[in-house]
Amino acid sequence: MKRILRRYTFALCAFLITTSVILFNREIGVRSFVIAGGAFKQMLGVLPPIMLLLGLMDEWIPRKTMMKYMGNDSGLMGIVFAILIGSLAAGPMYAAFPFTLVLLRKGVKFSNIVIFMNAWCVTKIPTLVFELTALGYAFTVTRLLINLPGIILMGYLVEWLLSKDEIDKIYLDAEKMEQRA
Amino acid sequence: MELILYGSALVLLLISYSKDKEKTKKALSKAWKSFENIMPQFLGIIFIIGLTLAILKPEVISSIIGESSGIFGVLFASVVGAITMMPTFVAFPTADMLLKSGAGYPQVAALVSTLTLVGVVTFALEAKYIGKKAAFYRNFVAFLFSFIAAVIIGNVLGGGR
Repeated sequence: MKRILRRYTFALCAFLITTSVILFNREIGVRSFVIAGGAFKQMLGVLPPIMLLLGLMDEWIPRKTMMKYMGNDSGLMGIVFAILIGSLAAGPMYAAFPFTLVLLRKGVKFSNIVIFMNAWCVTKIPTLVFELTALGYAFTVTRLLINLPGIILMGYLVEWLLSKDEIDKIYLDAEKMEQRA
Repeated sequence: MELILYGSALVLLLISYSKDKEKTKKALSKAWKSFENIMPQFLGIIFIIGLTLAILKPEVISSIIGESSGIFGVLFASVVGAITMMPTFVAFPTADMLLKSGAGYPQVAALVSTLTLVGVVTFALEAKYIGKKAAFYRNFVAFLFSFIAAVIIGNVLGGGR
């Protein structure tokens, strides 16, 4: 019970702050709750199937296969797979984090993990559809043409900014986290 | 889109179950654990999203990032986008509204880019998975990139306006 309470401290605080805002400014407080409720509903809509796919991927795709296609020597193929998996996803950025954990554990190259995360953010197909309908194709296509090389470049840049020890530690921590979970 | 997601997850689950019940059970428990793992932070994050969006209404934003706001407008839009988190179905209609109410293309492009790529609110959660330093670099590089991308988009689309 105490453990649960401690884990949810942040959520509880955020809830209490939002509630107290109602007392000071009814309009902003109520709006906050309405928007939070919308975000909650959207998240619950996409999270279960995403987590299910994640569990299945973890069980069925062996580490060896994953390393071959997305590991340190995967080259261009690894990049293509990272963008593909990221683009086929749905849901906000934070839904991608549990995925990165599995990818880390399966020995995927770090630059490919960053590429995957950024692809999840920008080249995701549901996002593109929304963007297309809301902002038109000139805006969407221009952004995509800049973003595609951009996310690849950023993946390598982030990997390059980190030392080998730091990257090794990320993989080690991912291993530990899985054991605790 | 959700239908496709649920459909493919369900079909794969059934295939998995028919091939190996044990593995499927493990996959299900892993799915539940990752779900439960992300819940505490997620619940906190949505309240923060609600608060920031309630305070920063589109009208407030568009008054600051108008077409003549220049590089400061782009910078401001990037910062707002980095701090706020919007679900995509809110983000793009908002961007459209901003354009129609007088915001410039580079400014809106910067907003959309950082909205999707950079997450200050989710930073702590991200750091839990890939470490503080890597999470910082990913967000920081993405922030700079959004800025550059915004300027290019502004140049490409600005001419037709």
